[in-house]
Amino acid sequence: MPTLIVAEHDHKNLKPSTLHVVAAAKAVGQPTTILVAGFNCSEAVKAATSIVGIEKVLHADDAAYEHFLAENMAALVVKLAKEFSHVMTPATRIGKNFMPRVAALLDVAQISDVIAIESADTFQRPIYAGNAIATVQSKDAIKVITVRATVFDKAPATGGNATVTKIDGTGDSGLTKFIGQELSKSERPELTAARIIVSGGRALGSGENFKLLEALADKLNAAIGASRAAVDAGYVPNDYQVGQTGKIVAPDLYIAIGISGAIQHLAGMKDSKVIVAINKDPDAPIFQIADYGLVGDLFQIVPALTAAL
Amino acid sequence: MKILVTVKRVVDFNVKIRVKADNSGIELANIKMSMNPFDEIAVEEAVRLKEKNIAKEIVVVTLGVAQCQETLRTALAMGADRAIHVQTDLELQPLAVAKALKAIIDKEKPDLVIMGKQAIDDDCNQTGQMLAALLGWPQGTFASKVEPETDKLQITREVDGGLETIELKLPAVVTTDLRLNEPRYASLPNIMKAKKKPIETLTPEQLGVNLTPRLKTIKVTEPPKRKGGIKVSDVAMLVDKLRNEAKVI
Ligand SMILES: Cc1cc2nc3c(=O)[nH]c(=O)nc-3n(C[C@H](O)[C@H](O)[C@H](O)COP(=O)(O)OP(=O)(O)OC[C@H]3O[C@@H](n4cnc5c(N)ncnc54)[C@H](O)[C@@H]3O)c2cc1C
Ligand SMILES: Nc1ncnc2c1ncn2[C@@H]1O[C@H](COP(=O)(O)O)[C@@H](O)[C@H]1O
Repeated sequence: MPTLIVAEHDHKNLKPSTLHVVAAAKAVGQPTTILVAGFNCSEAVKAATSIVGIEKVLHADDAAYEHFLAENMAALVVKLAKEFSHVMTPATRIGKNFMPRVAALLDVAQISDVIAIESADTFQRPIYAGNAIATVQSKDAIKVITVRATVFDKAPATGGNATVTKIDGTGDSGLTKFIGQELSKSERPELTAARIIVSGGRALGSGENFKLLEALADKLNAAIGASRAAVDAGYVPNDYQVGQTGKIVAPDLYIAIGISGAIQHLAGMKDSKVIVAINKDPDAPIFQIADYGLVGDLFQIVPALTAAL
Repeated sequence: MKILVTVKRVVDFNVKIRVKADNSGIELANIKMSMNPFDEIAVEEAVRLKEKNIAKEIVVVTLGVAQCQETLRTALAMGADRAIHVQTDLELQPLAVAKALKAIIDKEKPDLVIMGKQAIDDDCNQTGQMLAALLGWPQGTFASKVEPETDKLQITREVDGGLETIELKLPAVVTTDLRLNEPRYASLPNIMKAKKKPIETLTPEQLGVNLTPRLKTIKVTEPPKRKGGIKVSDVAMLVDKLRNEAKVI
């Protein structure tokens, strides 16, 4: 039976995480269909047709999917799922929101945050903030999976030639209503897709001091991340949080500045290719995983580093 | 309104866990256990709603081994009114927990269920969404603000791009995120008082649910270890290493 991927997109463009899931689905080794459920989303549908590895695109266009409300998304995916053996989506906030609802309605387990696909029914996933890896096997008829995008390559976005089928939506549940959103505006690359991340912790001391990191990030064309402590203190918005319960990132270069390296933080960034730590405490745990550590006061080091680039 | 809150007993967030030598799971002997931090936030939110006279009664529920009673006592000391313990030694997975909770909710008929977004042991982030699905209720996940009105609820959610506000019809399931509140420590008098609050113990059979795990854990292993690197002496050396050795800038 084929695999169904539920695309993440903003109605115009596919999110990079979708391409990572397509690559992950390849490991299952079945014909793959992608669902683009959105509102006025033909551009995203068009983008989906050219992904290498996709045979069919299902296009559901309805105001009910404008904000990807879990109740509406789940009803649609459940209706389609019976034709598939695997249903996959990225383990982002959107996927984490609707996918368990799909699994429960199908009366199957969900396998969260999959980092390796060993076979069609056996998967690896991190537990305990990534301090252990569980290999689990599912005998359920439909495998409902959220994928940790950072560990899989990206399927090529162009070169494919999938067919499009327009399908009916399942309408609005009437249970929830979208009221509004307050999105962090930034010209910088998206945290989970950035090649370089400059990340700040409690030691920054204020939102104002994050400007130091911005100057550095400008030089490197980097995204800005943060520890929970920096977010809790209100220095930066919640969506900057990297870690077990924030975003999982794996850039080429992660620069941790004034971050101690709690396991919950490491869980979100330890798969980065190169890690730099700047911390005044030579015994800070972050140094145990850093490729390059620099001991000292960030308020001196960061401006000097910015100037040196 | 009546609020039901779920609490899970997990390895304390400060413990560095170890994988068992036979790769069958995590070493749990003599390890500090605590209430899942997101569930502390859930209890706190319910207690605040009670202090604002919005909630009338708070029922806390847990599933698990006998020692989970301690977790329930903590929730009672924080301000919950009574507790339900579904006692079992089985390995519990989110779908099974959701089914048991549904059976309890069918009987208790709360207006609002508050749960943690994620248990920090299994890191599943599923149970609240599954419960909402089984009940046919709306869900408000990753909440950083909860504002009840008469028959509905406005919640602010932490999403990938920032914050989102949605309105849920009651009854509903809400899951907590870190910024919702800062949980209180129970005071000594409240800890004493909690000892007298009722805990009802049920078996899965009494609830009529099958808790058998769906996923079979084949093995649990250590993640690949990251090798520590070197300390550089100054900014110039760091820049040189990043340019010429790591070649990332
Ligand atoms: C349920 C739960 C979930 C969590 N999820 C996450 C998560 O997803 N992400 C996350 O990050 N955390 C998470 N945490 C929190 C985590 O446990 C730590 O508390 C947090 O990561 C600490 O942030 P920090 O390193 O910025 O602060 P601290 O631990 O206070 O470290 C600050 C560091 O800055 C250094 N420093 C101070 N001044 C200077 C200076 N002038 N120059 C250089 N260095 C300086 C200090 O030496 C110290 O090492 C979670 C915790 C719980 C309980
Ligand atoms: N055994 C359990 N007993 C009580 N609540 C639970 C249990 N398992 C999960 N939960 C609740 O579901 C939330 C999410 O758990 P999970 O889906 O496992 O990440 C937790 O924060 C708890 O509120």
